Amino acid sequence: MGYECVVLAKQVPDTKLVTGEAMNADGTVNRAALPAIFNPEDLNALELALSIRERYGGRVTVATMGLPKACDVLREALYRGADRAILLTDRRAAASDTLATSYILNCVVRKLAGVGPKGDLSGKDNLLILCGRQAIDGDTAQVGPQIAEKLGMTQITYVEELQELKNRGITVRRSTGDGWETVQAKLPVLLTVMETANEPRPAGARRMMKYKKARAAVELGKEPDPVRLQELEDKGLLIEQWDLDEVEADPGWCGKDGSPTKVHRIQSVVLTTSEHKQIEPSGEGLRGLVRELIEDHTIG
Amino acid sequence: MIEVNRDGEVWVFAEQREGKLSEVPLELMSKGRELADTLSVKLAAVLGGAAVQKLAPELVAHGADKVYVVDDSLLGEYQTPSYAKMLCELIGKHQPQIVLYGATAIGRDLAPRVASVLKAGLTADCTDLQIGNYTEPKSKEVHKDLLLQIRPAFGGNIIATIVNFDRWPQMATVREGVMPLPERNGKLKGEIITESVMLSERDLPLKVLDRHRTEKKINLKASRIIVSGGAGVGSKENFKLIWKLANCLGGAVGASRAAVDLGYVDHDHQVGQTGTTVRPALYIAVGISGAVQHYAGMSEAAKILAINSDPEAPIFQFAHYGIVGDLNDVVPKLIKAIRVKN
Repeated sequence: MGYECVVLAKQVPDTKLVTGEAMNADGTVNRAALPAIFNPEDLNALELALSIRERYGGRVTVATMGLPKACDVLREALYRGADRAILLTDRRAAASDTLATSYILNCVVRKLAGVGPKGDLSGKDNLLILCGRQAIDGDTAQVGPQIAEKLGMTQITYVEELQELKNRGITVRRSTGDGWETVQAKLPVLLTVMETANEPRPAGARRMMKYKKARAAVELGKEPDPVRLQELEDKGLLIEQWDLDEVEADPGWCGKDGSPTKVHRIQSVVLTTSEHKQIEPSGEGLRGLVRELIEDHTIG
Repeated sequence: MIEVNRDGEVWVFAEQREGKLSEVPLELMSKGRELADTLSVKLAAVLGGAAVQKLAPELVAHGADKVYVVDDSLLGEYQTPSYAKMLCELIGKHQPQIVLYGATAIGRDLAPRVASVLKAGLTADCTDLQIGNYTEPKSKEVHKDLLLQIRPAFGGNIIATIVNFDRWPQMATVREGVMPLPERNGKLKGEIITESVMLSERDLPLKVLDRHRTEKKINLKASRIIVSGGAGVGSKENFKLIWKLANCLGGAVGASRAAVDLGYVDHDHQVGQTGTTVRPALYIAVGISGAVQHYAGMSEAAKILAINSDPEAPIFQFAHYGIVGDLNDVVPKLIKAIRVKN
């Protein structure tokens, strides 16, 4: 029957391009002011899921939580080969910290797996949840393990290579920081995938032609035309869209209310312009520098 | 989560591997000591493992007032659920106000699992911790003496201060190498408390088939002098000059991410946001432009010498000494100047 792979992806601002203008007055980040990209390691997670489907059969579902424009990463996942795409979007989910985010994504996985908020997933022995090790906007690496805990699922972090899926068990090689280990676990499992795991495939040209027209209802305006929606659905181009109620999430555990951590202060990193001592690149200049460093016991 | 407990201790998770304490919990002892003293509470370490009792005095010698030891063969190898269970039970029992972990592969795997069980807050990869007050923007309510969790975000472009005023304990992982290692003091006294936690095979879902440790070829953190090369070095061939300069100074070789990505040197040498954080007496940056990501990893160097052909390179903004020139000219001259002196 193959494997059900659920990839949790995040749309992130391209942090290489952050400037002071991208900050709101209250210290939160104005994501709208930044180019948004598919979080790089989530692409590695997607690639791993696609390769599992190719080797063993099954289905790849990609889910993301975010603003309507996060549909861009879902389309990108469809271009690369995902079978199904889901957008969780809800104003009440705004400003979620890692704990609230993992609670909501846990609800999404539960709905996909057909078990309610308190249901037991331990029997889902063909289920794999895959996400990138961390997202480049926060670099926290917290959401994966927190989702695994909420699902009551085994987590395997820092996955570098899938070795085998057999008898509803998985063998992977993972990084331990000071080396690596090969571990085996029974499904279901949640994997967090490293950038070193694989080379994500590019978008397929034919899939791109097809899925560039894929839309979620929220992208079609406030009151989308039902005929248009039906059309998209018939063509397999409707991105499924859920809100907190649909995934049976308790709003008290979502958004600001559900987030124990609060941002107290944000400072832009301003590299202080200190007066540095200019040294002439001549033999004499450099000898002077070396003398100075020896005198203050920095070297020698 | 636990209730706000102003009398709660400050805890450090004492990570160990194969019966050997990692460096980072010892680094955390200096900061933990400072936080505990500011709050007038005790500093405690939580040490789990198989036959690890012998490590407890080491933690005392580095500043712990108390060490909670859980000695259990099921904790012999690190696995997420067994270690998470140990911490959650002990946190429930003793209600610490702060729990710190090293931001290592283990700390970053374990801490979020614990936070999720407790439904408590957690801040990743802090570079500094302080005690301070927080005023809620809406209610203007003031929460006193909270743990200010300071960390870079957005690829090092911003520094965020995070607080958690109601769903305790206040927990953070702390980057390796950012806190100085306290000196060992064998005269310090501390209490060693034996604890036990009910664990079973069910808490060990992974079967480890094979494990391989790669000794880091270099220890950047321990080096007094580091000579780092960046993309500006230009080639692997030119990078030999970096090695030469480091050798004649008895220093280690570092690199920017760009130099690593270009294949001039391997990742073990990388300094910065995604590499190692260093605090040497002298940091020589050759052909490194000085992106914030790099700065994050070396800003604590006592002296910074920048060599770059571009006088506008940002690195000069935070260097103490600057040399504008071609490294192929400057570095050999510098080596010569050092050799003459020695």
